Formats: sequence, C-alpha cells, structure tokens
Amino acid sequence: MIPTPWYLMLGTALFTIGVIGVLTRRNVIVILMSIELILNAVNVNLVAFSDYFRSVDGQVFAIFVITDAAAEAAIGLALIIALFRNKETVNADEIDLLKW
Amino acid sequence: MTLLQIAFFLLSTLALASAIMVITRRNAVHSVIWLIVTLFSVGGVFLLLHAEFLFAVQVILYVGGIMVLFLFVVMLVNLDVAAKQAQFNRQWQLALATAIVLMAELAYGIYRGHEGFTLAQASAAPATMGNTQAVALALYQDYMLPVEIASVLLLVAMVGAVVMAKRKLE
Repeated sequence: MIPTPWYLMLGTALFTIGVIGVLTRRNVIVILMSIELILNAVNVNLVAFSDYFRSVDGQVFAIFVITDAAAEAAIGLALIIALFRNKETVNADEIDLLKW
Repeated sequence: MTLLQIAFFLLSTLALASAIMVITRRNAVHSVIWLIVTLFSVGGVFLLLHAEFLFAVQVILYVGGIMVLFLFVVMLVNLDVAAKQAQFNRQWQLALATAIVLMAELAYGIYRGHEGFTLAQASAAPATMGNTQAVALALYQDYMLPVEIASVLLLVAMVGAVVMAKRKLE
C-alpha cells in the first residue's frame, strides 16, 4: 500500500522540474519538452486521486490532458518550424520582435 | 517496506533523475531520449495506481506519437549553432530560486494535509469490471460531449499545424 501523499510529492517534484526548465532554458524545443513534464505531473496527481477515490473520473481527465498535450505539441512544433524558417534561431530570448 | 513501495521509489527516482537530465542537456536529441525515460517511468507509476489503460495510452500516444514528432522537429531544425551558445538565460538564478520556493510551499501543504488521507486504507472494494471497460463506459456515457469537443480540438490542431508549417500562404 503506497500512501497517496507520496504520489502528490512525486507530482510536485516533477512539476517543479518542468517549471525550472520553462523559466531557465533558452532553447524553445526544450521549453516545449518541459511543458510536457508539467502535464505529466498533473496526470500523476489526477490518477493518484482517481485511485484514492476508487473512481475512473480522474483517469478520464488524464486522457483529456494527454489529448491537449498532443494538440499543443503539434501546434508548438509547427510554430517552431515557421519561426526557424523566418528567424534562423531557436533561442527564446532572441525572438523579441514585439518587444519594446 | 513492501515490494510495491520499493517499486514506487525506483520509478519515481528514475522519473525525477531523467527529468533533471531533460532540462540540463545541451543536445536536444539527448533531451528527447531522457524525456522518453521519464514518460516510461510515469507510465509505471500509472500501473502502480491500477490505471492499466492509461499506461497503454502513455506508451502508445506519448512515447510512440508525440516523442517521434519532437524527434522529427529536432532533426528538421538546425540546432548546431544553438548547442554552442549559452543554454540558460540571464535570469536563471532568480527563476531557480522562485521555483524551489514554489516546490517548498506545495510540499509543505501536502505534508500538513497528509493525515487527512484516510479513505484509501479503509475500503479496498474488489473491482467488478476491468479498468479499460470502466474507462470506456465513463468516456462514452458520462463524458460524451467532452469527447466530441476533444475530437474537434484535435481537428483544429491538425489544420492549424498544417497551415503554420506551410511554406507560403496564397
């Protein structure tokens, strides 16, 4: 028997690593991968509570989160390709056309 | 310590270590490979939580679909220049400190509330049907409309990706 708070701690740690990746990296592709890490942390929490309450609702929500992750990855990677074609860079801090 | 708990610790250690590797590697291909390790370990955690269908979805959709998409884009985009430049931006110390404060807050909240989790130990009702069947019933009966909305969302994402990756709009 594994206590539910352990899963929540795992989710917290994974979420924090994802947030660190989003906030500190310059490479846009790695930032997108960090967002996938964050979404996985959310899934761990959802499935942990689904097991805790003995209800499949949390798993259904996790499936919707995975659907969103797929859509977000497709759009984000298409944006990166369009961006690289126009600016020849993948560094987030060099993409500052709209910055004052 | 039971066998399940040892399995949980192994899987979560693997997940966290490979997640740290994802955000520190210089080569984006290495990041993708480590992310695949993380996703597999999270899938193993799903198995520990009796979510067998979600484990299959994780392996097929995440590792087999999304990660291949990532690898394709890493190959399409020329990353040789970016690999030689600085990997972290200027505010990385501040960002790291803020994120660690955030984690401490969340962990403290979970620690303070961990005695409230008394339900799971009390009742271990035997499952009347398999996990996949239960998920399918929930998806196609209670969550019929959200499933349809999700399918529209995927269609929009597909069209949007094609439009944005096209060379020229005429």
